[in-house]
Amino acid sequence: MTAYDLALQQLINGFSLGSMYALLALGFTLVYGILELINFSHFNVFMVGSFVAFYVLEGFGVVGQNTIMTGLPLVGVLLAALAVTMLVTGGIGVGIERLLLRPLRAVKGPAAMILTIGVSYVLFNIVILGAGADSKNFPNPLPPIVFTFENAVLRMREILIWVISLLLMGGLTYFVGYTKLGKAMRATAQDPEAARMMGIDVDRVIMMAFFLGSALAGAGGMIFGLYYNYTSFIIGFSAGLRAFTAAVLGGIGNVPGAMLGGLLIGLIEAYSGAFIATAWTDVIIFSLLVLVLVFRPNGLLGRMAPNKS
Amino acid sequence: MRDNSALGNGGHGGAALLEFQKVNTYYGDLHVLKDVDYVIGKGEIVCLLGGNASGKSTTMKTIMGVVRPQRGEVMYDGEPIGKMSTNDRVRRGIAPVLEARRLFPRMTVYENLELGAYTQPRGAQFDQDLERVYGLFPRVKERRDQIAGTLSGGEQQMVAIGRALMARPRLICMDEPSMGLSPLFVEQVFDIIQTINKQGVTIFMVEQNASMALSIAHRAYVLQTGQVVLSGTAAEMQANEMIKQAYLGEMKVEGAAP
Repeated sequence: MTAYDLALQQLINGFSLGSMYALLALGFTLVYGILELINFSHFNVFMVGSFVAFYVLEGFGVVGQNTIMTGLPLVGVLLAALAVTMLVTGGIGVGIERLLLRPLRAVKGPAAMILTIGVSYVLFNIVILGAGADSKNFPNPLPPIVFTFENAVLRMREILIWVISLLLMGGLTYFVGYTKLGKAMRATAQDPEAARMMGIDVDRVIMMAFFLGSALAGAGGMIFGLYYNYTSFIIGFSAGLRAFTAAVLGGIGNVPGAMLGGLLIGLIEAYSGAFIATAWTDVIIFSLLVLVLVFRPNGLLGRMAPNKS
Repeated sequence: MRDNSALGNGGHGGAALLEFQKVNTYYGDLHVLKDVDYVIGKGEIVCLLGGNASGKSTTMKTIMGVVRPQRGEVMYDGEPIGKMSTNDRVRRGIAPVLEARRLFPRMTVYENLELGAYTQPRGAQFDQDLERVYGLFPRVKERRDQIAGTLSGGEQQMVAIGRALMARPRLICMDEPSMGLSPLFVEQVFDIIQTINKQGVTIFMVEQNASMALSIAHRAYVLQTGQVVLSGTAAEMQANEMIKQAYLGEMKVEGAAP
């Protein structure tokens, strides 16, 4: 494989990883944009999503990489797995907000953020107890069709990952930009008190932010499994930390920023792994974060947090 | 049944649209509004005068339901609304023009107007309301696709008033509509307030610019450290010595006394 082939291959890998980080980063950004809360439970909502997708796919009889499906059954099984995963993780997100964070909303200081760290550990341990600590061979029913460009390989799974990510991010962009509830969400992020006085039910908007963010994290968890062919209780931390970095890199609170940041982190991870060494990946990602924060403290596209009044 | 004699009852004829009955509001231990009574009649412009920390903004927040009275009742159109949520109040026709405009700064002018109509259904009625706003403020129509945060203060105030009108209000509560505006814009804004009032919208306004406010208001209340100390018709207020000295800038300088 020449360096050119390798570069092309890593472009493909980087986009896949990047889409996953972007989906995960959006959850951080949606919640931060409205509540100025860094939601650490998001790390493990993503991990739980990966397990939900795992069980749904196994429930359809897909085991490992050997159960190949085609045509409508394939589309149906994938859509069902994605939908169930997103609904379950979305529900978990709403539950965390409604039951645990809402009672703390009037409390100033880091209490809510620390609570999310606690919730993250609870989810982590529930999965260890329920599913075991061994890593799982993630089911993938995609036919082993491979497209080659020069010597770079594009598999069905990459195409699937891109299609899912593109549809979800396109859908979110439309929702936030053009629907009534999406506009209410932006208004609440910009000035919660004024939004309330327009008659917007701010509690409902906050719940929606948690639902959407957590549902996207679930989709990210399914993508993780499809991409790496495994899942484990431990995957939340490194992916979550990189996705959080992506959100800050793009400008936390900023929806397009989270998408851009996610893609950049994915590409950096892919290229640094191939051309430098995997061991250096985190060093490079977090050094870049430090540089961006020093020279552009609000991130690449600007931070969008509530206006202080 | 209602005892308006203590309010000077400057002939606010007709039925009351909004009424405070012995309202007491607290922030923690701080007693902000103390046994406050207001009566705002349908179709009136009523202005609330008072110094800093007198409870003017708390009055506005109490009307919108952001702050709840601990004792006393707020009546709207004959019904108690003390426990009603803010969105239900907006739905029933109470709309705010907030202090310092408070537009959504990174949204377009049009989106700000849409959010004003958040509790209203879309359709012919929305288009009609939008035309009404554009008719009152041709400038707002010109700027409809501009990001609200980039408008001048005067333009922002027009959008803020337009945004309130989009809620199809029967009562608009204005908090300092002239604040930070150039004198030219202040006159325009007060002209518009009068126009809106003549179209049938009741106005309750907090205003520092007392001479301007009294020039268009029917009646006024004066609030001091959370208590109504004076009320009457605008004409009575303009003639009142205390008002002249404290709010109309006709302070007599005697010796070194400020």
